[in-house]
Amino acid sequence: MKTPIVSTTLRYAVLVAMTLIVIVPFVGIVLAALHPADGQVTGLAIPSQLSWENFVLAWDGANFDRLVGSSVLIAVCVVPLALVLATLAAYALAVLKVPGSRFITPAFVFGLTLPVELVVVALYFNLRGVGLLDSYVGIILAEAALFMPFGIYWMHAHFSSVPMELVEASRIDGARDLIVLARVLLPISWPAITTLAVLYFMWSWNQFLLVLVLMQDPNKRTAPAGLGYFVGQYSTNIPLLSAASIIVIAPIVIMYLIFQRSFVSGLTQGAVK
Amino acid sequence: MADLSVATVAPSEAHASGGAAAPRAPRPRRRPRRFVGLLYVLPAAAVYFYFAIWPTLTTVGLSFMTWDGIVPARWAGLDNYTRIFTDTTLLNAIVHSLVLIVFFAVIPVIVGLMLTALLTQKIRHGMTFFRVVFFLPQVLPLVVVGITWRWLYSENGVVNQFLSTIGLGDITRAWLGDYDLALIALGLIGTWTMSGLCMVLFLSGAQKIDPQYYEAATLDGAGAFRQFISITLPELRKEITIAAVITTIAALASFDLVFVTTNGGPANQTTVPGLLVYRLAFNEGNIGGASALAVTLSVIVIGIVTLIRYIAREKP
Repeated sequence: MKTPIVSTTLRYAVLVAMTLIVIVPFVGIVLAALHPADGQVTGLAIPSQLSWENFVLAWDGANFDRLVGSSVLIAVCVVPLALVLATLAAYALAVLKVPGSRFITPAFVFGLTLPVELVVVALYFNLRGVGLLDSYVGIILAEAALFMPFGIYWMHAHFSSVPMELVEASRIDGARDLIVLARVLLPISWPAITTLAVLYFMWSWNQFLLVLVLMQDPNKRTAPAGLGYFVGQYSTNIPLLSAASIIVIAPIVIMYLIFQRSFVSGLTQGAVK
Repeated sequence: MADLSVATVAPSEAHASGGAAAPRAPRPRRRPRRFVGLLYVLPAAAVYFYFAIWPTLTTVGLSFMTWDGIVPARWAGLDNYTRIFTDTTLLNAIVHSLVLIVFFAVIPVIVGLMLTALLTQKIRHGMTFFRVVFFLPQVLPLVVVGITWRWLYSENGVVNQFLSTIGLGDITRAWLGDYDLALIALGLIGTWTMSGLCMVLFLSGAQKIDPQYYEAATLDGAGAFRQFISITLPELRKEITIAAVITTIAALASFDLVFVTTNGGPANQTTVPGLLVYRLAFNEGNIGGASALAVTLSVIVIGIVTLIRYIAREKP
């Protein structure tokens, strides 16, 4: 079937228009971030001089040393922890079929629908009771729990797609469960695990409400949570706010450009159940 | 990535019983091993229980209490729940979140379907680039999306600049501060964020449709519109359901975006349940009220998600 040139052009025109709608806001904040701090920014305008120092001012003003440090620390702990827990549990539920897996799996997966709002208030008081407020340990475990439904769901789906003959064969050779997991399943699971790791990193980096509530100490807040407070402080200083926003999204955008395939497949394939 | 699809869950269930009955793995030896397997579930279950299930149960318990977080809680029965349906501030927040479904879910799904209709089987070059761009809003922290749009919508923002350029200078205003339009302006940020997700989901789903269907339909004289209704739409049922579920949850449980853009204003015109849960608990010391609202929100989420799944279920 041959498509006439005119209609193909029209289709690309629509795509380009959509692209502009997505891109213009970014162009907007990049341009705004380069305007002189405290100056007026009107719409999309190229500044007469590029004020790169805004990034330094925003970095120091919002105390990004601390914020980015916290974000990195939390993400670096949450991602491997949540991965290991979800992989082990999904292995037991999907491959070993431990007793009760018929009920345990849905119990985890049910959590996918529940909003953070449902747990955050009680979590604040529960953690206050055991001294885990303002604590990295508290946040890390809370995020690991929050991401567990998707992780178990995702790894369960992946392990279920592995031909059982592979597992049975090595079992017959006398391999123990953990050896089967490490030698047989993990080597063929890296694409699924990478995707999950990338999503976990993103969710951890972007997490806002949980951090806002569980981290009252300004020195331990994450980058997005710190930015949430920075808005209140500098609400009219558009150049600095824009610069701060770019600092916060830079890691996730770089990550996205490198692993875009994982992001898209994780959020689309992972969703299609 | 087809190997990751969950359609494969079912056959492996059947395999479990088959595996247990296999002659080379006799029952008595398998049993203890299967129970030992529970140890692998234990760490995940422990973390999930203490940091998700236990707080959920606590929230449900607290929703029947009057508690300020300090002095001992008192039993309140259903008071906190009746207040949700009698207090206009609380009720309005729920109504607002339902309105947001139109902008976060309905419009993005329609936009996604229109683009799919326009592009399926037609565009071959550059789709990877467009996919990367369209999906971008989905990976950004909503705090940054909110800050960006706060400025775009402001008096001197890009939205007004654009309107002035096309001769609509009369209607320019600070959109997020407008009493009547703030909620719509907020909703359109959701449309911007969610449309790409729907588009990418539908386009990747449409790629899996067998081209022969379209060829056969063309031979039968079916036009493009007819083909879309009879082939593309039914084949995308799974993707549409998922898109609707994800975006609806995002609308009902929105917090980050509202917190940084309007913080509920002007005059409580853009409050959402998430925002009031936070305010009631941490600004007003009304833990019982916050918990009841959180439970109500979750019930609404589960109810609507169930409804979407029911409407989209596979009909025999």
